Amino acid sequence: MSGGILIIGAGQSGMQIADSLREDGYQGVITMVGDESIAPYQRPPLSKAYLYGEADEESLQFRNEKFYADNQIDLILGDAIVDVTVSENGGSATTASGRVLNFDRLALTPGSVPRKLDLPGADLDGVLYMRSIADARALKSRWDSAKNVVVIGGGFIGLEVAAVAGKAGKNVTVLEGADRMMARAVCPTTSEYFKNAHERRGAQIVLNARIDHFEGDGTRVTGVAMQDGSVLPADIVMVGIGVLARTEVANLLGLELANGAILVNEYAETSNPLVVAAGDAVMLPNPTGVEGLVRLESVQNAVDQAKAAAKTLVGTREPYRALPWFWSDQADLKLQIAGLSTGYDQTVLRGNPDEDAFSVLYYKNGRLLAIDCVNQVSDFMAARRCLTNGQTIDPIAAADASVALKTLVTD
Amino acid sequence: MPQVTYILPDGSEKTLDARDGDSVMETAVKNGIKGIVAECGGACSCATCHVYVDEAYADMVGGPSDLEDDMLDGAASDRRPTSRLSCQIKMRADFDGLRVEIAPKQV
Repeated sequence: MSGGILIIGAGQSGMQIADSLREDGYQGVITMVGDESIAPYQRPPLSKAYLYGEADEESLQFRNEKFYADNQIDLILGDAIVDVTVSENGGSATTASGRVLNFDRLALTPGSVPRKLDLPGADLDGVLYMRSIADARALKSRWDSAKNVVVIGGGFIGLEVAAVAGKAGKNVTVLEGADRMMARAVCPTTSEYFKNAHERRGAQIVLNARIDHFEGDGTRVTGVAMQDGSVLPADIVMVGIGVLARTEVANLLGLELANGAILVNEYAETSNPLVVAAGDAVMLPNPTGVEGLVRLESVQNAVDQAKAAAKTLVGTREPYRALPWFWSDQADLKLQIAGLSTGYDQTVLRGNPDEDAFSVLYYKNGRLLAIDCVNQVSDFMAARRCLTNGQTIDPIAAADASVALKTLVTD
Repeated sequence: MPQVTYILPDGSEKTLDARDGDSVMETAVKNGIKGIVAECGGACSCATCHVYVDEAYADMVGGPSDLEDDMLDGAASDRRPTSRLSCQIKMRADFDGLRVEIAPKQV
C-alpha cells in the first residue's frame, strides 16, 4: 500500500481531519483506524438523548457509509495500533490483527479514557463509566430496572446522567469529592446554583464526599459505603471523575508529552514534524492567544483543532485560533460556556438564579474573558460573538438583565 | 423515506432521502452537505445549522420553540420569517418534498 495520511483514532477529531483534508483538496490515500467497532459517532448525546431514548446508534453516526466511500476515506474499525515507526519520509503502523499501514504523514486523534476509581469493589457489575457507545449500552441495559442511581463526580457527565435519572423517577445521589460541583469549569456562583437546582429536582448532593468501598452481592454492586460508615443503596454507580489522554501511540513514537497529554504547537504539530495531533488527548497553546498551555476536552476543540491539523498536513499552515465553548444539558437546564475563565479577577451576575435563568460573566482587568449561561441562550450567543471578535462588555452595564447583552458589546 | 431538498448558498440543489426521525440537519451532515455546520451536533446550542424553510412548507413544519427562537436571534446570517435551526426539524413521512435554503453564513 502507498503512503498517504494515516489517522489513528476514529472519533470526532479524526473524522474532522479526514473530512477537512478532502475539503482542502488533499487527493492522496486517507486511512482512519479506530479500536471501536463502529464508525465515528457523536459522544455528547450518550449521556443525554441516547439515555432518554431520543437518539439511537444510527442517528449518532457523523457520516453515512456513502460519504466515506465517495470521499475515499478507508475506515478500519475494531482494530488497534500495536506498533508504529516513523522515519524522515514516512512510517509504518501495525494493527493488532496484523495489518501493516504505511503512511507519509500521521495524525493522532486517540481521545481519552475515563479515569477509573481504585477502590475495593470497583470491578463489581454495575459500576459504570461513560465515554464510548459500549459504556452507554452498558448503562442503558441496566437503566430501566435500576431504582437507586449513585453518581460519583459532580462534573458535566455525572450531572447529565443524574438529571436523566431524576426525570426517570429514580433515586439519585451525587457524590462530589470537592467542596463544590463542576469546580474545574465554573465559578462558585454557578456551582452553588447547580447544587441547589439539582436538589430542587430531587437529587441528593453530597459535597466533600469520602467513599470507602463498594458493596455487592458477589456479582453486582448493591451500595456505596462511605468512610463515615453509612451505605448508600445503589443499583447503578455512574463514575464521572474526569478522563486521561490516550498516549499509547505517542509513547511508541517517543513524542513529547505535557501533563500526560500529547504536546502540540499552534499548528497541531507534535514534537515529530511528520506527526500532528488533535482533540481530547493533546495539550496545546491557549487558542485565545493568552500565554500558556491548555487541554480542551470539548466538541469545539475536537473540530476546530482538527481543521488546523488538516491545514498543516496539506501545507497551508494556519495557527489555531478559536474561542473555546462548551455546553451541558442537564434536564431542563441548558448550561453554555464561552471562553476560558482562567485567571479571572471579577464576576458579574446577570439575571436571577432563582428563576433558572441567569449568566455569570468573568472579567480580568475589566475585560470580558468568559461567560456561563443557564437557560440564557441570547446572552451566550452575544458573548460568544463578542469574545470571538476580541471585543468586551462593560461589567456594570452587563449586570442589568433588562438590557440585551448584544447591545452592550464594545471594542 | 421522505425526501428533503437543500438549496445551497451557491444556488445549487441537492435532494436526499431522509431517515424517518432524523433531523434535517443530520440528514445533510451525514451526507457531507457543506454549509450546514452543526457544531454542537443537534443540541440546539450553537445556531450553526440555520435554514430558511420554503414558504410552501413553513406552516406544516411550524415555528421555533422559545429556546430556538432566542438562538436564531444570535445566528450569523439574517433572520427571516421562516428561519429555523435544522437540527430541530425532525423528518417524517408527510414532510416528503420539503425544501430548505441553507443560510449563507453559519459562524
